[in-house]
Amino acid sequence: MAKAILKITNLRVESINGTVLVENTSLELKPGEVLGLIGESGAGKSTIGLASMFYARAGCRITGGTIEIDGQSIGDLSADGRRDLRGKRIAYIAQSAAASFNPAHTILDQVCEMPVIHGLMTRAEAKAWALELFKALDLPKPETFGNRYPHEVSGGQLQRAMTAMAMSCKPAILVFDEPTTALDVTTQIEVLVLIKKLIRDFNTAALYITHDLAVVAQVADRIMVLRHGKMMELGDAKQILTAPTTEYARALVTERAASDKLSVAVAPAKRQPLLDVQNAMGVYHKFVAVNNVSISVAQGETVAVVGESGSGKSSLARLIIGLLPRKAGTVTFGGRELSPALKQRSKDDLRRIQFIYQQPDVALNPRQTIGNVIGRPIEFYFGTPRAEVKQRVAKLLTQVGLPEDYAKRLTTALSGGQKQRICIARALAAEPDLIICDEPTSALDQLVAEDILKLLKKLQDDLGVSYLFITHDLGIVRRIAHRTAVMLRGQIVAEGTTPQIFAPPYHPYTERLISSVPEMRVDWLDEVLARRRRAQV
Amino acid sequence: MINRRYWPTVTAWIGAAIVAAFIVIAIFAPWIAPFGESQSVGETWQPSTNTYWLGTDNIGRDILSRVIYGARTTIGVALVTTVLSFMIGITTGLLAAVGGPAIDQVLSRLVDVILSIPLLIFALIILSMMGSSLITLVLTIAVLDSTRVFRLARSVAQNIVVLEYVEAARLRGEGLPWIIFREILPNALPPMISEFGLRFCFNFLFVAGLSFLGLGIQPPLADWGGMVRENGGAVFGGKAAPLWPALAIALMTVGVNLVVDWILSMNARPSGASAEM
Repeated sequence: MAKAILKITNLRVESINGTVLVENTSLELKPGEVLGLIGESGAGKSTIGLASMFYARAGCRITGGTIEIDGQSIGDLSADGRRDLRGKRIAYIAQSAAASFNPAHTILDQVCEMPVIHGLMTRAEAKAWALELFKALDLPKPETFGNRYPHEVSGGQLQRAMTAMAMSCKPAILVFDEPTTALDVTTQIEVLVLIKKLIRDFNTAALYITHDLAVVAQVADRIMVLRHGKMMELGDAKQILTAPTTEYARALVTERAASDKLSVAVAPAKRQPLLDVQNAMGVYHKFVAVNNVSISVAQGETVAVVGESGSGKSSLARLIIGLLPRKAGTVTFGGRELSPALKQRSKDDLRRIQFIYQQPDVALNPRQTIGNVIGRPIEFYFGTPRAEVKQRVAKLLTQVGLPEDYAKRLTTALSGGQKQRICIARALAAEPDLIICDEPTSALDQLVAEDILKLLKKLQDDLGVSYLFITHDLGIVRRIAHRTAVMLRGQIVAEGTTPQIFAPPYHPYTERLISSVPEMRVDWLDEVLARRRRAQV
Repeated sequence: MINRRYWPTVTAWIGAAIVAAFIVIAIFAPWIAPFGESQSVGETWQPSTNTYWLGTDNIGRDILSRVIYGARTTIGVALVTTVLSFMIGITTGLLAAVGGPAIDQVLSRLVDVILSIPLLIFALIILSMMGSSLITLVLTIAVLDSTRVFRLARSVAQNIVVLEYVEAARLRGEGLPWIIFREILPNALPPMISEFGLRFCFNFLFVAGLSFLGLGIQPPLADWGGMVRENGGAVFGGKAAPLWPALAIALMTVGVNLVVDWILSMNARPSGASAEM
């Protein structure tokens, strides 16, 4: 049995005001082994990842436990000793590659910097090694790739370039912190494949941090489930996926598995379309973001628009509400044509379409009380007297599952999920016919997102409101949408009832999207690759 | 739990004490001052005595009384000016940020023009043309100073305008006044408040400076800048007369700055020292 290369014992991390972020966590990593750390935000995954290099974020401190690399406790080393270790023996790969590269230097310069500084290689050697890494990571034109600046390459390529940077000193341990979370599913799969290959080829040990069980299942040998800074469960990847022992792990697994299945959404009887968009075209400066798109939503129906980032789905939503100028086509709502410009729409037209944003944090004014936020649309659209507004706000709060006395609180005093509920209450306050939801759950944790989806569904059953649901997450589409439209480069490439979209014959792009969503099986990634290889032959 | 970070520091307490003392003096001047504001009470250029604690000035007025009344005019004029300047600056600045590119261009270029002319020269020209009444003085300084407030308010608001809660208000169909004063202003206030202290200091010195040049507050009203001018020559005679109003100017400026420093440190992020560098 090989000796542990990284050993963390009884780790404890606190913030400066005394909140315990991580406590009593121990782990061991053997050469070539990959350990997945999984949990919701605030579970302490990243804190542990950083602590493995004996580093704590601003405002945090490691207050207990030992961290050993190659049997040497890093806590006992001098600052210089630690600096020498970091990058050389253990390297970190962050979630946002774009924020981790210096935009003023070429990629090659940044990849070569570390081995030269550590005195491991000469610059020429470092360059040759970087080229090899670029090739191993399947980057386009590896010879010249490094001469480009970070903004000149795509997000997936930049994430791979950061992996190359982390590998530049040939470290024994890599810490991946949500490396594919910011990427589209089709890009994620490419990056996952390469990370997996790299780890195997160089026999590197790794900590892989993510919130997506299906992703970690593809790369990790063992999985540690974390919650509120404590370890809930540690086990073999297969065991965690198929037979989790703790309740929390089980909830995570069932919830993730549910998104793979089609829920029985019975399409409402064919009715007159409430919203009808015909041949719409929207242009940002000279870029055509929405090109000849037609879509309709009936009363009480949920229509999902899916696509990867940059496909124009959000632009379509902005075109409908009048924020993106419409160059051609018509938008009819409730039998009346809507003006392309927001300012020319009547108050009633504005009231009947409401919008829910992706980031509840910035969608609520931090200086207003919840009562004001929800009460304003009531006052504004209906001219309701104060006392009645108060009652209505209380009723709306109950409707979205929050206590009535929240009305007096400031919006900043809530969690992300609660904030999103407030946004929903604000939309409902206007008594709309259609609510456009722009990725309303993608900034939320899995279990919280699930509750929000349930709430939206319940509100639809109770109130008969229609949704136009913008999302990149096929799992959500399967569960909530009656009909689905798939967007690619500003156009709708496939449209139909959700069961139609998710059953053969697929549109080639839809098939690619569907097959790229990780599934909850440890050998899923290898299967997909094998299938795609066969298809190419 | 009370957040210790918001407790005033020692220097902030000193600053607050100075500012508070001057404000009390300004408000209760008629009750505190031993003599009248422009009353000649004795011989000229008397040194400190039991009756005239700080001595008398060039026409035999009690300097202590005049410093006390001077607090009233100097601080009062500076305060009114700064409040007015902020009202103008914030309204126009927020309007420029919210009202679209055309309004922004017109307002911003107008401000550029005013800013391109040195402030003191501009004020001197206007005051010598229009005559130096208290109202022209206040209006002139307020309008000139509001250009600086405009710049800050506009840039702060530009960062807020793009946030989604402002967009949500637009989508609701809210008018400009609601967006400016209910959605943006409350969020733009924290940086504006510390700026208020700094602008107040500047206006205070500006008023004193103009008075020193003879175009500010006019006699017989007592004000610190004017007092330095009236008694300036006495320094060469080895008399302390002009030093007292000058000391008052310096003390007030330092006091306000100490308070502003504390407000600024409060707005700054919590000490971001990581576990190690």
